[in-house]
Order: sequence, then C-alpha cells, then structure tokens
Amino acid sequence: MKSSQNVSVSKVGEIPEPAPQIQDDRPGPQTDRPVAIVRALQKSYAGKPVVDRVSFDIRKGEFCGLLGPNGAGKTTILRMLVGNSMPDSGSLEVLGYPVPREARRMRARVGIVPQSDNLDPDLSVIENLFVYGRYFGIAGNVLEMRVHELLTFASLTDWAGSRINQLSGGMMRRLSIARALINKPELLILDEPTTGLDPQARHTIWQQLRRMQREGMTLILTTHYMEEAERLCDRIILIDNGALLADRSPEQLISEEIEAHVLEVHGSGVSEWCGTVELPIGVRCEKVGETVFFYGENLHWIVDRLDGESRLRYSYRPANLEDVFLKLTGRDLRDA
Amino acid sequence: MPESVSLAAARVFSIWYRNALVWRKSALRSLLGTFSDPLLYLLAFGYGLGRFVGEVGELTYVVFLCSGIIASSAMNAATFEGLYMAYTRMETNKTWESILSTSVGLPEIVFGEILWMGTKSVISVIAILGVALLLGLVQSWMAVLVIPVGFLCGICFGAMAMVVTSYSRSYEFFLYYVTLLITPMILLSGVFFPLSSLPDGVRLASAALPLQHVVIVVRALMTGSVELVDSVHLLVPLLFLLIAGFIALTQFRKRLQN
Repeated sequence: MKSSQNVSVSKVGEIPEPAPQIQDDRPGPQTDRPVAIVRALQKSYAGKPVVDRVSFDIRKGEFCGLLGPNGAGKTTILRMLVGNSMPDSGSLEVLGYPVPREARRMRARVGIVPQSDNLDPDLSVIENLFVYGRYFGIAGNVLEMRVHELLTFASLTDWAGSRINQLSGGMMRRLSIARALINKPELLILDEPTTGLDPQARHTIWQQLRRMQREGMTLILTTHYMEEAERLCDRIILIDNGALLADRSPEQLISEEIEAHVLEVHGSGVSEWCGTVELPIGVRCEKVGETVFFYGENLHWIVDRLDGESRLRYSYRPANLEDVFLKLTGRDLRDA
Repeated sequence: MPESVSLAAARVFSIWYRNALVWRKSALRSLLGTFSDPLLYLLAFGYGLGRFVGEVGELTYVVFLCSGIIASSAMNAATFEGLYMAYTRMETNKTWESILSTSVGLPEIVFGEILWMGTKSVISVIAILGVALLLGLVQSWMAVLVIPVGFLCGICFGAMAMVVTSYSRSYEFFLYYVTLLITPMILLSGVFFPLSSLPDGVRLASAALPLQHVVIVVRALMTGSVELVDSVHLLVPLLFLLIAGFIALTQFRKRLQN
C-alpha cells in the first residue's frame, strides 16, 4: 500500500545543473566551503543501481541524518564518502579533498563509527585506542593524553585493561565512538550508532553527540529510529532505491509533507467502524492490517465518535518523522 | 618527499606494530607452536632416520636436513600467518575495515602485513638456528645470513598466501593451497632428500617454485660453502614476492574497496 503523493520533493539530481564537476568558485574564505560536496553520485552493483544520481552538500556544524529503508543505499553512500567504495560516476569532495583520489589524507580528519563494531578483539580496551591512534600517526605523550581523555569520555576508565568480549553492547559502542575521536575529527560519520542498545546507553550516546555538535563538529548519522533522527538532526536527507527523496529539516518535513495530526485506531471491528466515518476533504485514511490511520489538521471530531466504541483503542498525536518516512517510502517490507 | 616517505613508513609500521603487540601477548605459546614441529622433525628424522641414511654428499644427514627444516619452517610460519591469521583479521574480525577508516591505506596494510609475515619467519628461523647451534649443526659463521634469507622467504610466502586469502571466502579454501602446493613443495624442494634423486621433470617443476632456491642458499650458508653466484637463487623468491604482492593488492582492492 504505497501512497504515491506527488509532493514537491526536491530531487537535486534533476536540477538542470550540467556540470557534476566541483569547482572552487564559491566566494568567501575556504571555511565557508561545505564539509562535503556530493554531485550526481552513482553506483551500481551487478547492473543494479544502488545509488542513483544523488547530490547534496553538508555544511560545517550541521547534524545531518541520512535516512532510508534497508537497501536504500545509505551505507554505500557513506562508504563512498570516505573513499572505501568507488563511485561509477559523479564527484565527491570531503573537507576540501577530492574523493576517492585523496581519501586517505581526508580520513586523517574524519572519524568513522561503523554499523557493526569492528573493535580489535585481540587487543584490550586501552590498546584499541593506542593502536588506533598510531594508525593516524599519533604517538608519544599526545597519544597517551588523548587515550586517557577518551577513556574518561567513554566512562571506560575502569575497563581499560579488559578484553573487548567482556564489554556490553553499550560499552563497545561507546568505545567505538571514542576511538573515532582519537584524531580530533572535524567530521564524524556514524552508521546506525544506537542500533541494539538499551535506552540508557542510547540516551548517553545522544548526549555525547549533541555535545560534539555544540563544540562545532559536523556529524552525519544513519539510523532506523526516526525518533532519534528527529531529536538529533537539524537536517534529514531521505533516500530510497538509491535516489534522493527529500532533503530538509525534520520540522519542515513534518509540516510540509504530512498532515498535522495522526489518529491510529485498532481493535476488533475497526474496518466496519471505519466504513461509518465519512471523510471530509483534507482528511486521509490508510488501512494497514488491523490498524486504521487518519491524517488531518484536526481530527477531534473522530476522536469524539470513538469514545462510544469500547472495543476500539486509539491514539491521537501530532504527526512525526516516522509518519513522513512511511508516507514517502511506503509501507512495503524491504529486503536488507 | 622524504617526510611523506617517513610518514608512509610509519603507517606501514603501525600495522606491523599492531600484529607484534598481539603476538607478544602470547609469545611463549606462539613460539612453541611455530617451532616445536620443525624441531621434532629435525631430531626424529635427523638423528633417527639419519643413522640409516648416512651422509648426503659430504654432509651428515642431520646437517643436511637442518637447512631444509629452517627454510621450510620459515615458509610455514609466513604461510600460516598469511592464510589463517590474515583472513581472521580481514574477514572475521573486520580489523582491516577499521584500519581503512584511518590514515592508513590498503597498500600500507598489505605491505605491513607482509612485513609482519617476514618477521614471523625470522622468529622461527632464529629459534631453530639457536637449537642447531647448540647441537653443533652450524658449520660456518655465515649462518648469520640465514636470518635475512629467512626474512625474504617469509615475505615471499607471506605475499603468496595473501593472494590465496584475497580470493578466499572461507577457511576451508586454504586447505587446497596447503595440500596442493605447500606440502608437495616441502617434499620436492630438497628439504628431506637431495634434488638429484628427483626425476628431471619433477626437479624442473620444483625449480620453478621458490622454496628449492631458498633451501639451496640456506644450506650453502649453514655449511660455509656459499659463493656469490648462489645469490642468483634469491631472485626467484624475490620475483614471486613482487608478482604475488601485486596480485594480492589488486584483489584486496576489488574485494574491500569496490
């Protein structure tokens, strides 16, 4: 049941901008230059396009959420962004370095938190930080100091000598984030940083990420938790089937892409009951399994009618990012 | 230029350092593993079988065998590291993936890993050389040069193993390489018996592979009969190293950075 509204979604790839080449023609000092410039990025695996002419800029200090269903192309975009996957066409620039040509030099100034923890299981917690610092060419006192700072940051000082497999999922994730900060990056890229964590661990990580943004860092995050994206990101790039669907702030997306309120109704006999509701213009109704969703500016009048239906349960709430996400990408299940 | 070279060297070294750090934690166990096997062969075959064999050329059998054992254990140490250990770091533990998020590039990973494999061979060579010295099997001070030759042998077979690893989808795959190439090479490269007892065709085939040449050089150094012209033999492992290193890097790039 895919709702295919022809909303004015900005497809940057279709902007009549002929040159995918990046030219340094921006006025002003170099610091105004976007942290990442992505132009007409394209990538296919076995003839199947996974990233299809995607373009966007990421400005300094932004907290940008890259969202999309499984297989939308998020991870591939991130991998191309850091130079570990080669685009078929299009151009990429990160922190002023053309990628993939100068990816190695660019990565010296970027932190990467991978989707699945790839901490070094042969090393202890503290050794993981030390060895990782050496990969960046950091050594001596500077490294020593930074390792201890990061152990404190990750609240892992008491675990410094522990093996990785003795850590909980939340600890591993905190260590992964700390590790990514060893080179004091200007840009931090996080691929699903809170997947599989308990609420406590998730909130701790959210606080840490917010703090980093306040301190001037640019962040790119992918997540399947819309609540997380809504809380953290000041900009959402939504992709599906490798193409850009939307690129706006979460507030804009919610106010522009979907009705103000949502009413979810479920319970036995919901379909029959639904047939008795006459929908005026401006109210949309969607049936998903045994649940009915109403979307509209004001749905109080339906709520009033529900009060007499004891078999039905409902929730009436402002629309959120998840509603937008489902509206734009549809409710069909995706293969990972 | 010199600075960028020294930075690149530091990045290569950081890979070597990581492996050395891990090795050090279980050094005793690893040492026992790498050198108890060759030592048993040396003692059992060298003294046991040696009594029946008598002399090979002008050497007692145990002296003859010792050089072969040194060369083949250098090969084995690097091969094991390049197959099972490197595959674990690349595929199972995703350690390389994490390294590729840093300033270190793929060529530096491959280079650093191969250097580490050479180091594993050197460790193994030194251990056996020490035992050989105690047993009075070292006949020349030139035997010291066996250490760098062992290193060359290690980086050559390390690079060859990395080619296999770069194509491998599971640990089982390595069995083919070991059974079909490494084991026959040990048997047909003059480790246990002289090349002269091989049929011409087999000897030629064996000469096309690196181990035979390493064995010849090691034996010449151990017995002090080495001549400058013997260094030509080192060109074969060198050539294998260069070709294998290139193929491994190309294939790793396809696999990890596609």
